[in-house]
Amino acid sequence: MFDVQKIRKDFPILQHEVQGKPLVYVDSAASTQKPQAVIDSISELYSKHYANIHRGVYYLSQKSTALYESSRETVKNFINARDAKEIVFVRGTTEGVNLVASSFLEPLLEVDDEILISEMEHHSNIIPWQLLAERKGAKLRIIPLLENGDLDLAKLPELLTSKTMIVAVTQMSNSLGTINDIATIIEQAHDKDIPVLIDGAQSIAHMPIDVQELDCDFFVFSGHKIYGPSGIGALYAKAEILESMVPYQGGGDMILNVSFEKTEYNEIPYKFEAGTPNISGAIGMAVALDYVSEIGISNIDRYEQDLLSYAVEQFGQIEGLRFIGTAALKGSIISFVLDGIHPHDVGTIMDMEGVSVRTGHHCTQPVMEFYNIPATTRISLAFYNTKAEIDQIAASIKKVKELMG
Amino acid sequence: MSELRELYQEVILDHNKNPRNFKKLDEHSHHANGHNPLCGDKLELFLEVEDDIIKEISFVGSGCAISTSSASLMTQFLKGKSIEDTKQYFEYFHDLVTGKQLSDDELEHLGKLAVFAGVQEFPARVKCASLSWHTLMNALDSTEQTAATE
Ligand SMILES: Cc1ncc(COP(=O)(O)O)c(C=O)c1O
Repeated sequence: MFDVQKIRKDFPILQHEVQGKPLVYVDSAASTQKPQAVIDSISELYSKHYANIHRGVYYLSQKSTALYESSRETVKNFINARDAKEIVFVRGTTEGVNLVASSFLEPLLEVDDEILISEMEHHSNIIPWQLLAERKGAKLRIIPLLENGDLDLAKLPELLTSKTMIVAVTQMSNSLGTINDIATIIEQAHDKDIPVLIDGAQSIAHMPIDVQELDCDFFVFSGHKIYGPSGIGALYAKAEILESMVPYQGGGDMILNVSFEKTEYNEIPYKFEAGTPNISGAIGMAVALDYVSEIGISNIDRYEQDLLSYAVEQFGQIEGLRFIGTAALKGSIISFVLDGIHPHDVGTIMDMEGVSVRTGHHCTQPVMEFYNIPATTRISLAFYNTKAEIDQIAASIKKVKELMG
Repeated sequence: MSELRELYQEVILDHNKNPRNFKKLDEHSHHANGHNPLCGDKLELFLEVEDDIIKEISFVGSGCAISTSSASLMTQFLKGKSIEDTKQYFEYFHDLVTGKQLSDDELEHLGKLAVFAGVQEFPARVKCASLSWHTLMNALDSTEQTAATE
């Protein structure tokens, strides 16, 4: 049984007050709060087991290395990769995308080649490709949005050309909530031998992920969006692709042999992990994934979908409120605008009511451009939110309208 | 709730709903664009300056209540003022919204603009209140760049 009150007790920050009111945290799409288990794992590491990894022959280094490597195993299991060597620890989604752009695509990309992304991408899945395209004289092409917030996949066949070198799309939009039909995208791209990168920054915390079933070539996500620490994330890539890629950064740990004439690189995934990594981050992220697995991602998904329906029903009754993003298949994200009231004012007033919402363009300026709005107010729900909180949010939206008249 | 009332005073709400001097000036001596990338506020400011006096001033754009009303009240306030005084008012206004202590005399100089004192309780909103003023300073420097609030 899913017991939200029991779950809330796992998150110490949720016991706190903001502005003299109980905290209503609905900005989990930006970053999630951390359960006690994750917090404890980091303090435990530093109190008992810490040393640098992959270096010492002494006990602590062995222990630290074992914890770090078993974290890789945990990530592998969580997304059902074939092998732990297909998991590269990175700083987060952003670094994962940059790594693929530099180490995979850059050596292959030629003038007039095409990179296909979508109109709903987060800036971190736009700019690395744009920079690369500029360096190489390649083109960025865009799968367009439809009014309801779905991608116009009818256009996909003509967008996948003989020049397309990669498709990079998000599985779930952080500003609209849309869950994309990535199975179709991957299938059509693979029919033309085009590799596909999936941005899992949002989807990872809300639905089961099986990279083998998806058959995507790359999958990236951030630990901080799935109840883990910030500054850590993972890049999954098929082993044969990782083998073919050039190193990302140079440094310690990514080598087997170094002389001034020639360096022999370490095997995957270490070839892509130069320098001392975020050891506590990787360990904390694995604990977060274990925590989520224990509750069950399907249970989480079911609960969040129920919350989402309830919120849409409640907010839908507020006059002058317009939802931005009404796709049939959505994760628990609600973006909206209020007639005549700027989202920035909405955010300030809701904050004074104890409600932490995000207002702005959510790092998706092309989406704002598409809807011709400067910004939205975004409520992103996690499995620690409750219907009572949604009632409180609805009341605070009414207060905004009252105050701004 | 009282801090919110302090922030969203009637004058501010009124100028947000009915911004004054909200138009382009075909004839102008100075002009600049202002943009707050964080919240998407955009405004365009026009000035007609003659003999170091602001004869006409207007703006267009879109933004939150704080930035729109700040631009509106600023244009009302500055019409007829000298450039030298305007630069001094910029300093006073900046101090006001960032919570620096102003003397009674300085406050009096700001007149109606003192309604923005409430902003100092909301650090995230200081940029909204000061966008039009930063844009103004850019226009006066006559650099045709987009002002960005830091
Ligand atoms: C869809 C999406 N992609 C990428 C990112 C970037 O993630 P990070 O900042 O953790 O690298 C985010 C985070 O906001 C996101 O929502």
